[in-house]
Order: sequence, then C-alpha cells, then structure tokens
Amino acid sequence: MLKDILKILEDDARTTGKQIATMTGMPVAEVNKLIKQAEKDRIILKYQALVNWDRIEDEQVWALIEVKVTPEPEAGFDAIAERIAQFNQVRSLYLASGTYDLLLIVVGRSEHTVADFVSQNLAHIGGVQGTVTHFVLKRYKYDGEMLAAGEGVKRQPVIL
Amino acid sequence: MSARQVGQPPEKHKLIASRVNRLSPSGIRKFFDLLASMEGVISLGVGEPDYATPWHISEAAVRSLEKGYTMYTSNSGMPELRQETARYLKEKYGIDYDPAGEILITVGVSEALDLAMRAILDPGDEVIMPDPHYVAYDSCVILAGGEPVMVPTRQESGFEVDAADIEARITAKTKAILLGYPANPTGAVMGREKLLAIAEVARRHGLLVISDEIYARLVYGVEHTCYAGLPGVKDSTILLGGFSKAYAMTGWRVGYALAPREIIAAMTKIHQYTIMSAPTMAQVAAIEALKTGEADVQEMVEDYNRRRLVIVKGLCEIGLSCFEPRGAFYAFPSIAATGLTSEEFSEKLLLEEKVAVVPGSAFGGCGEGYVRCCYATSLAEIEEALNRMGRFVSRHRRK
Repeated sequence: MLKDILKILEDDARTTGKQIATMTGMPVAEVNKLIKQAEKDRIILKYQALVNWDRIEDEQVWALIEVKVTPEPEAGFDAIAERIAQFNQVRSLYLASGTYDLLLIVVGRSEHTVADFVSQNLAHIGGVQGTVTHFVLKRYKYDGEMLAAGEGVKRQPVIL
Repeated sequence: MSARQVGQPPEKHKLIASRVNRLSPSGIRKFFDLLASMEGVISLGVGEPDYATPWHISEAAVRSLEKGYTMYTSNSGMPELRQETARYLKEKYGIDYDPAGEILITVGVSEALDLAMRAILDPGDEVIMPDPHYVAYDSCVILAGGEPVMVPTRQESGFEVDAADIEARITAKTKAILLGYPANPTGAVMGREKLLAIAEVARRHGLLVISDEIYARLVYGVEHTCYAGLPGVKDSTILLGGFSKAYAMTGWRVGYALAPREIIAAMTKIHQYTIMSAPTMAQVAAIEALKTGEADVQEMVEDYNRRRLVIVKGLCEIGLSCFEPRGAFYAFPSIAATGLTSEEFSEKLLLEEKVAVVPGSAFGGCGEGYVRCCYATSLAEIEEALNRMGRFVSRHRRK
C-alpha cells in the first residue's frame, strides 16, 4: 500500500493525504502515518517542483562528467564517491559500469564555473585518474517530462 | 422556372432512406454544437483515454511506414496480428480461436459490430440488448434491417442485465442477444453467474450472442469474464474486441471479431467489399501492443482506478447518487436530486458551470435521469468539475 502512495506522490507531490485516501481506499489517518514514516525512513527525500529553467532567463550550464578513479583498498568506490557527492555543484552522482566509474551531473552558472570545479576540485581528489566533461547543449526530456512545449493534442469534447 | 428552384436542395429527409431517417439522436446534436462554440469547458463527455498511445507502439507503426508497409493486407488482417490476437485471448481467457478462419481484423469494434449485424440479420429479425447501451448498438441493428428490442436495466441491480428479463422478450423473430460489458455508458460489469444464466437462455432458444468486450481490460477490483470463454457457447458467440481503450489507440481504428468459421466468412465477405482491410500501419501497431503493451495497460488501469474512486466519492458527496462502476471509465450518477431531465441537466450544467457531461437519455430510455461522466481526464480537472457540479446541484436541488 505504501507503494501506491509513493506512486501518487511521485506523480504529484501536492496530492493531499485526504485525496490519496480516496484514491487508494485507505483511511486518511493511515495514509498520513505511512507518509510520515516514509519521510523518517528517507524513502521520501523531499517534495520538489520540476522546473524548466530553459523557459526563464537564467544562465545555467549542465555537464555530464565521466570520472575514472582508483578504488580504495577498504572502501572501494564508496569513499571517493561520497566525497565527490559533498560538492554542491554535483546534482547527481552514479557509479556506472563501462569505460569509466563515476558519472556526475554538475550544474553551474557558466562553463567557467564547471571548468573550475573540474580542474580545481575534482582533479585534486586523491584517486581520481581522469575526467571527461560533456557540456549539455540542450535538454529534451527531464525526469520523465518533455521540455519543449508540445502542441497539446486536443480530444474531441464529446465522444459517445 | 421549374418547380424546384435551381440551387435549392430538395427536402432532405425525402432523399434519405427511411432506415437512416429513423436513427436517433439528434436532440443531442444541438448540445454538441453548443459545446463546440464554448471556451473553458471541462469535458467529462469524452469517450476515450486521455493518454497518447504508448510510444513504442506508435514507433512500430512509424518504422513500418519507413519500410514501405503501405499496401493492403489480407482481407482478414495480417496473419501475425491474427496469431497474436489468438495467443492473447488464449492466455487471458483460455479460449481457442483459429487465426485462419475464425478471426477477422476490422476497423475498430465499430466496423465489427456493423459487420456482425449485417452478416446475421434478415429483415425484421430482432436483437435483444440492454437499455441503456452504447449508441451504435440499436443503430447498427436498424441499419442492418433488424429491430432492436430493449431490456431495461436499473441502478439498483448495478445495470446488469438479467437473463429472465431477456427471456421474457424472446419472440419467434429473435435472432441474437447483444451484450456490451464492461458497459458504456454505465461502467457496469457482468458477473460470471449472470452471464452463465444468459448463456443458458441463448442455448435454450438457439440464439446467437454478440459480446462487445472493448472495455475488457478496464476493470477494477473484479475479474472480467469473457463471454466466449463460458462452457459450450463458442459456436454461437461473436466476440468483439479491440485496442482503442486498453492501449489508448482510439485513432488507429483497429479491432477484431472472433466467431465460428461460417460467420467470420460471411463478415469477411462484407468487409472485403466495403473496407478491404484495416489500415496496415494500425495493424502493425496492434501487433506491437499485443506483444509488449501489457505493462502500459496495467499502469493506465491503476491510474484510471484512482480517478474512478475520486469521481464516484465526489459525485456521491455532492448529492448525485452513483453506484460503483467496476469497469470502463465512466461514472453514471443519478440526477434525481435535481428534478431535471438528463438533457436539461447537461445543457444547464454546460451553460452555467461549463462542465460537459452526456445526458443518459442519449443511451436509451432507461438512461433518463442519469448523466455519463467520463473520468479519463486529469485529476485536477475531475476535482474542478466536481466543485462546479457541486455548486450546480445545490442551486438546482429539487424543492
């Protein structure tokens, strides 16, 4: 049942406990309790809006950065990954299979700030062997949402 | 000057065949025209999913166009689609149909229904059907020269049709029983026991049953019983289904009919002369839907179910008593609290609150006193529509 609640909230974080109760057939108190617990258990991390920054005048540069690292004897990739993750510029960080080890999504005010992050912060971390930075030229889809305004296909208003 | 002025059309109805003149509506036309001229309307009047077709299905069709699949297919439909349809129905409902001879791919269930009627009816043959029912049912019977015979169904019995009520209307001219469950407009689902009782009546009187199961996949908290899967009925059943509702593919126009060989042969004759074959790209998309669309269906059903619960509760709260629909994507609340007819209710609601619903009377006499509300629209719109309808009902509460 928690899964049902999470699916609803993931789709629209503003859905109220009362609405979720109607949609799932669960009592409101039970829904609210499960949500509270999920927050406590860090299953629900936060409630946020999905913003299309491209629609407003806001200089933002996104970069995908591949990082090749030397794993540490005891901690493997975790210690170094967690260290890199501490930087505010790092929006997301994944350990990936393939030709590199870590994939970072970094957001900065300009290409310079991203370049500074790579050369001054990332490159100096022990264990980092090399980096490849890909600047994002255009975002088409983000977190399941298309960013371009579609034409919005209209249905016929009444169909029997 | 001639008797008739040049450029002036003769009286229209005299040029039109009496069978066609006889077809209802069109009180409801006026309502549609009104709706089309208005802005800012929330429509609960739609009869199709609010999803676009899952992209992998559309992509299959795009690829087929790129590869040049732009010719006719076999009249019966692409062999692979017939095979996949047979496999799907076998897996879902345990029924066996031979892709070579017992399956016909059609331009939606709409065509399949028309073909079925034309294939089986002689002038004056009667077809028994529940009232209210989908608007094309009686029309297709009339167009095929038959006579529709209505069996009233009621909210108190969940709009299920009763075998005894059917049997009471059987005459020497009765040819078939037409069922459409899960039902448009009521959202009713027929339980297995009730269907078994109807099968028994059909057997006793040697009647065909046409079962339109286009909404089969849209059921909530209950199992759909496929009529053709009941013991011993296959030889006297025409099963109709399609892709429009389950896979959000209304615009593709592709469906199917499954029936005993001689009936499919007869339907194929008509299909061959009037349609040739269902659109090729749509057939390709349908194959993809059957092969890999199951997860999409389940996700959409889960989502419809949430909205169903919201609208049913909401309608009851604003004083429009609503039985719990277990299928399709319609709620069919009673508007008795207002004392308005269903056409008055729908028109006033549209003019005063800009919410479109469909008057129940459009679906037969027993639909009077109800309106059809489709919940295949966003939750935000459903909630806003409920707010507006709440205001409306409190203004028009019967004194």
